[in-house]
Order: sequence, then structure tokens, then C-alpha cells
Amino acid sequence: MARMKFLCDSDRCIECNACVTACKNEHEVPWGINRRRVVTINDGKPGERSISMACMHCTDAPCAAVCPTSCFYTTADAIVLHDKDLCIGCGYCFYACPFGAPQYPRVGNFGSRGKMDKCTYCAGGPQADNAAVEYIQYGANRLAEGKLPICAEMCSTKALLAGDGDMIAEIYRERVQKRGYGAGAWGWRTAYKQTLSV
Amino acid sequence: MTPRILPALALAFGLAAAPLAAPAFAQIGGPVVGTAANPVAPNLSADELELQQALTGGRIAGRVSIPDSRSASLIQPEGRDWRAFHNITLAWVGGVAVLGMLAIVLLFYATKGRIQIEGGRAGRTIQRFNILERAAHWMTAGSFVVLALTGLNLTFGRYLLLPLIGPEGFATLTLWGKYAHNYLSFPFTLGVVVLFLAWVKDNIPNRVDIAWFKAGGGIIGSGHPVSERFNGGQKLVFWITVIGGALVAISGYVLIFPFWATDIAGMQLAHIVHGVISVLMIAAMIGHIYIGTAGMEGAFDAMGTGEVDLNWAKAHHGLWVEKQLDKARETVTPSAARAAGAD
Repeated sequence: MARMKFLCDSDRCIECNACVTACKNEHEVPWGINRRRVVTINDGKPGERSISMACMHCTDAPCAAVCPTSCFYTTADAIVLHDKDLCIGCGYCFYACPFGAPQYPRVGNFGSRGKMDKCTYCAGGPQADNAAVEYIQYGANRLAEGKLPICAEMCSTKALLAGDGDMIAEIYRERVQKRGYGAGAWGWRTAYKQTLSV
Repeated sequence: MTPRILPALALAFGLAAAPLAAPAFAQIGGPVVGTAANPVAPNLSADELELQQALTGGRIAGRVSIPDSRSASLIQPEGRDWRAFHNITLAWVGGVAVLGMLAIVLLFYATKGRIQIEGGRAGRTIQRFNILERAAHWMTAGSFVVLALTGLNLTFGRYLLLPLIGPEGFATLTLWGKYAHNYLSFPFTLGVVVLFLAWVKDNIPNRVDIAWFKAGGGIIGSGHPVSERFNGGQKLVFWITVIGGALVAISGYVLIFPFWATDIAGMQLAHIVHGVISVLMIAAMIGHIYIGTAGMEGAFDAMGTGEVDLNWAKAHHGLWVEKQLDKARETVTPSAARAAGAD
């Protein structure tokens, strides 16, 4: 099986936020929840870069390690998913996550934050693929239809790459070799304990 | 003429050289002169930046267009430290503290048994705690037991209970446990405040306590060191409750209202304080519960009926009994001071 990863080529990202919008639309993500976001560092200064960030589907995921109810599981494609029926909304995964991926429908209501929501890599949840209940809880299951995540598919500059880690790393390497520069793969050291050498 | 064409030449050279001199000339716009106000160094690659932040403990942050300032944090390596604390440090400290205290208590019961009242019960009693004190004590104690069990469940439940009752049952239990934990924090905090106000005047450490601790509290060794209303050990429990209770209450309310008062580093710190102080308090309270119930004959009456046996009181709180009897004599004597046989 593939080892699914995200790679954001920050030398291509133009901060158009189409990935954010596409994600919200595809999964009908409610107000206040952003499964994906675009962070601009050094905004307005030399060296400005925008990076589209969501759940990185880590190797040895910190969220799964700290979850009191063990509601996380990893699919055969190495995608980190969770069972909302087991989630108690304690917020521990948010404290442990390096990427700020876990989101909660409510904030501060005596700790009743609701069930955690995060990027599913467009792979749904534990229910039957593309069942109505799966859509309500987790959004579309594009992977079951043989499609890649909508954020990467929609990306106008093809900055955001999704797919098997080795394949997208190879695409990125070719790009960097051709154009002569590249800031590297954001979050890969943290998420996959791997550096992308070019 | 020369100065005019220099930038053009530089640009042309730069464009031509770019594919050859890869990362060194990577930045669009050339090398950055001066320091950027943003803490993120613009010359570093993603990998170098991540390594640097992981080593120095900083966050990689920027600007987001969505109205949620927390999401401006791109990578926070501190999550890894918090994970290590939660899964390793807290589990070990909590496990050793709680199981260790249970083992000590059991060993103590097995070797010394229940401490009896010397000379048996007198049959006469003396009031030790009034109804307000007992009510405050049991409100605090009752909520503490639930808070302790539901808190331990968050750290240890997945290893101990989850395999027994299955994921669905365990998730339901833990969810209700979380609600109980959140709402019972209020009676617990109120109880700690009331107990503090009611008992602080009798809990100021003094010389008698030093002597009490030197004599091993009469628990280790033999004989009863004298004590006032509260002995050295009880004063210790009082201050553990007041100081520990205040710390868990403050850190707990920071956790109940996520991100109202602090950022993610503050939330992680609040959890660390909450977790460590809680397991240490649980260990202390196991000792307190033991000595107040199974460990000593006559001790439970103090918080049960509020009336303790006079012999028990004399043995354990001799100075306090003296004071109480003196007070009683002062109030009783005048009206009872009739000559015998005057009737």
C-alpha cells in the first residue's frame, strides 16, 4: 500500500486559499472549523512564504499517543483517522499536535468542546465508505472513489501535493532540480522524522 | 553609465546562475540584509527551520486570513514534550505515587494493624467538629474522590479499563467522567475555601509540631507526642489540601476554559501542573483516608458524628482537650458552684 503524505511547495504557494475553500465545501465543514489553513510567514518581508497546512497524518502520531479513549486509528494507507463516537472532546490531541490540526465545534463551554474534527485526507471515517452517516460526521470519502484529497487536486499552482510519499517527493525533487531552489518539505521532519534531500 | 547597467547585469547573472547555485541563491530577491521583525529566519529551509525550532523550543508562526489567531501557529514542537510528559512522566509519577502509597498503607496495616485507643473507650465524648466543618469536609472529600477517579481514568483508563469494558462503554464512561470532573470542581473549590477559613487558625505550624514530627507522630515508634487541636500530620494534610487544592483549581479552570486566559504553551503548562499536583494529592489523601478510617480506632467519629471519645482525644490531642475542658469549666462553674447539700 501507499504511504500517503502531504507536501506543500512553499515556493509555489500564492496564498489563494483555494485549498481551504475547497475543503470546507467538499466536506461541508461547519463555521469555526478549518481542517486546512494557509499560514504566511515573514509576511510582507523578504523571504515571505505561504504554507498550506492541515493534519500531516504523522508517523507515530502524537494525537493517537495521548488520546485518553484511544479513538485514533491508522489506515492501510498510513492515514490517521479518528472515531468521533469515541471522542470526548478533551482537547489533548490539540496540545500534542505539532500542526494545530485538531479542531473543535465549540470553544470554552465548560470543556464541552464537542467532537474533535480534523482533516481526514478525504478518506472519511470508520463507517462504511460513503455512507450517509460517514458524510455527516467526516465528510466525503474521495479515497474510496479512487480520488486524491480535494485540496491538492484543486491547487491552481500545484503547490500542494498529495499522494504516496515517495512519488510526491520525487515530483518535488524534479521541480527543485529544474528551477534551482526549494525551501523543502514543510513539516516532514516533524511529521515523518524524514528530511527531503534534493 | 556603469551604475545604471549594474542592477541589470546582476539580475541577468542572478537568473542565469540560479539553477546552478541551488539553495545558496534560493531566495527570491537575493540574500536578506538586516534582521526581519518576524522570528522566522528567512534564509533557512523548512527542514533547518524545523530542526532549529525543535532544538530551541520555539514555534514557527505567521499570519492567517481566517479569524482564528491560534491557527497562525504553523509548527509547535513543544507538543512533543507535552506528549512525553503525558505518556511517560505523568504515568510514572502517578503510578508510583498512587500504587506506592497504597502499598505503604497495606504494609502498615499488615504489620501494625489498627491502632487501638489506649485504655479503651471512656464512654464519654467531646465535640471535635461541628456540623459546618463536617459538611464542608464531606463536600470537599466526596467531590475529591470523584475528581480523583475520573482524573486517573483520563491517564490510566485506556490501559486498565478499556480492555475490560470495550471502546464504546469506555468512551461513554469517560465522557460522563469528564462532565463530573468539570462540574464537581466547583463544590471542591468551595469546600477548600471553607475548610481554609474554618481551620487556618489552628493549623499554623509551631514548635509542638516539630516535636511531633521528631517523635514520628506516635505512628512510627512508640508513645504519643502531645499536640493541640491538629497535630503535625494533620497540619500537613491541611496545607496539602489548601495549597495543592488551590493549584489544581487554578490550573483546572484554565483547562476548563481553553485558550481564554492563555495560549497553547500555557494550556500545556496548566495540564502539567494539574496532573502532577493531582496525583501527589491523591497519594497524600490515600494516607489521610487510611488513618481516618481503618488505620485508627475512634478516628472516624471526628468526621462521622463529630463527637470523639474522650480517651481518644486525650491520647491524640491532649493540649486541645485541656483547653476545651478549661473553657467548659469556666462556663459551667459559676452556675454549678453551689455548696453541696444546700438543697
